[in-house]
Amino acid sequence: MVKVVANAKALKKQKMPQWFYQLGSPRWFYELSGKWLPWLGGSAALLLTIGLVWALLFAPADYQQGNSFRIIYLHVPSAFLAQSVYLLMAIAGAIGLIWKMKVAEVVAKCAAPIGASYAFLALVTGAIWGKPTWGAWWVWDARLTSMLILLFLYLGVIALNSAIGDRQMAAKASAILAIVGVINLPIIKYSVDWWNTLHQPASFTLTEKPAMPAEMWVPLLLMVLGFYALFTWTLLTRCRTEILERERRAGWVCDLLSNSQIK
Amino acid sequence: MYRELRLAARRIFDWLNPLVFFLLVVCLFPLAVSPEPALLGKIAPGIVWVAALLATLLGMDGLFRSDFEDGSLEQIIVGSQPIALLISAKVLSYWLLTGLPLTLLAPLLALMLSLPVGSYEVLCLSLLIGTPSLCLIGAIGAALVVGLRRGGVLLVLLVLPLYIPILIFGSGAVTASLQGMEATGQLAILGAFLALALPLAPIATAAALRISING
Amino acid sequence: MYFSSFSDFIHMGGHGLYVWSSYGIAMLVVLWNVVIPLLKRGTVLASLRQRLIRERSHESQA
Repeated sequence: MVKVVANAKALKKQKMPQWFYQLGSPRWFYELSGKWLPWLGGSAALLLTIGLVWALLFAPADYQQGNSFRIIYLHVPSAFLAQSVYLLMAIAGAIGLIWKMKVAEVVAKCAAPIGASYAFLALVTGAIWGKPTWGAWWVWDARLTSMLILLFLYLGVIALNSAIGDRQMAAKASAILAIVGVINLPIIKYSVDWWNTLHQPASFTLTEKPAMPAEMWVPLLLMVLGFYALFTWTLLTRCRTEILERERRAGWVCDLLSNSQIK
Repeated sequence: MYRELRLAARRIFDWLNPLVFFLLVVCLFPLAVSPEPALLGKIAPGIVWVAALLATLLGMDGLFRSDFEDGSLEQIIVGSQPIALLISAKVLSYWLLTGLPLTLLAPLLALMLSLPVGSYEVLCLSLLIGTPSLCLIGAIGAALVVGLRRGGVLLVLLVLPLYIPILIFGSGAVTASLQGMEATGQLAILGAFLALALPLAPIATAAALRISING
Repeated sequence: MYFSSFSDFIHMGGHGLYVWSSYGIAMLVVLWNVVIPLLKRGTVLASLRQRLIRERSHESQA
């Protein structure tokens, strides 16, 4: 702990680039994110619409799995998101702890429920995909099991966050939990893979497609990008609300509120 | 550390409870599943490991509670002694009063679950290496929830997912020995987990305690 | 276009139930991620505005 504090102090003394400090200012973040929001929302809607139409109407069916293969266009993006959002949450939490940056605390707090929702989606689509493919709703496949544990980790962070009344204390405590979880995540993944090979030697997984033709992977790419854009939009919208609540005494928030055009 | 042990020894029921709990949970399985020795012997590693894991968690939320309530935790934090070291001592004494007795009790339970005799050694060894890691990780959770009113359930929710790797390799070691295979690999991985948790977990616990106390 | 008719599209080669239930649930999750933040923003803005008005009228009285 002493070492960590010393490190944190050393880091504090180092000059960080100016944008880093600006990012720490809730007002600057609020104004900048306000400019990004329409672009993010628009690109998310565009990417998801094209991706969805392509995935459902034009992509060919898989020669082995038939049309249930189309679930991959939901499963893979949500699984990607669930994992990277957890990482984002832990990094934001660590920045909040080390530099005492309010915006990072807000980001970490707002990312948790969104990440949990995508982990849930990845699990459900994985289970539904499993029924026609493996013949069972739930199979203890390594990926599904890791995703389930990831969902539990998210639920833990959310539960801790809501259990602590004090906002700052809640942010710090859940940041620690998220960091511990991130260190554990590769270990959990490795253990589950090891355990899985022990119990079920042969099971083919969703992403084990050696050569996917372009008309299959291009819509997948679009869907992944669309999901990421949508996630960023959701995250920023949630963060902006949280910032307004936290900074309600600040002058710029009062000015903003008096302006009745802001909806 | 010595003071810790003496204090704990005085509260005899505090450390007897996890043991009785361990016994009880294990006894539930033959009643619920089947008393058939062949089946029990096959699932015994999992039963013993899950029961041991839950038993170590049982008293965990009290690890820092009394110190938190009487204010001595606050003194420790402002004091000059390194907190991580004190936490390690605390966790060690907790382990001596729960993990170690659990390990010693395990052969008796293995006998009741008709685990083949050849696997006793691996079972005890895996518990001996695995339970300290359980205590160390649990301490992080205990430190996070120490100031909360209903911390116990929350603690379980936070810590159980983190226990999964240890559970997998702990029961995996015993299962491997049941099938006549070498269990050294799994035991070595359990040892590696312990080697990781031993320096890292007290640091995280110390950070969590600071937050719980200073806000 | 992969499907030759609309009923083919709904049927999905026998996997319609699986495909459509997945897309339905995904739609719900996405909607939740769009609607909830917007609703929350609305309620928070309204309550903060009211608070501000209350405080200002309080100040002017005093």
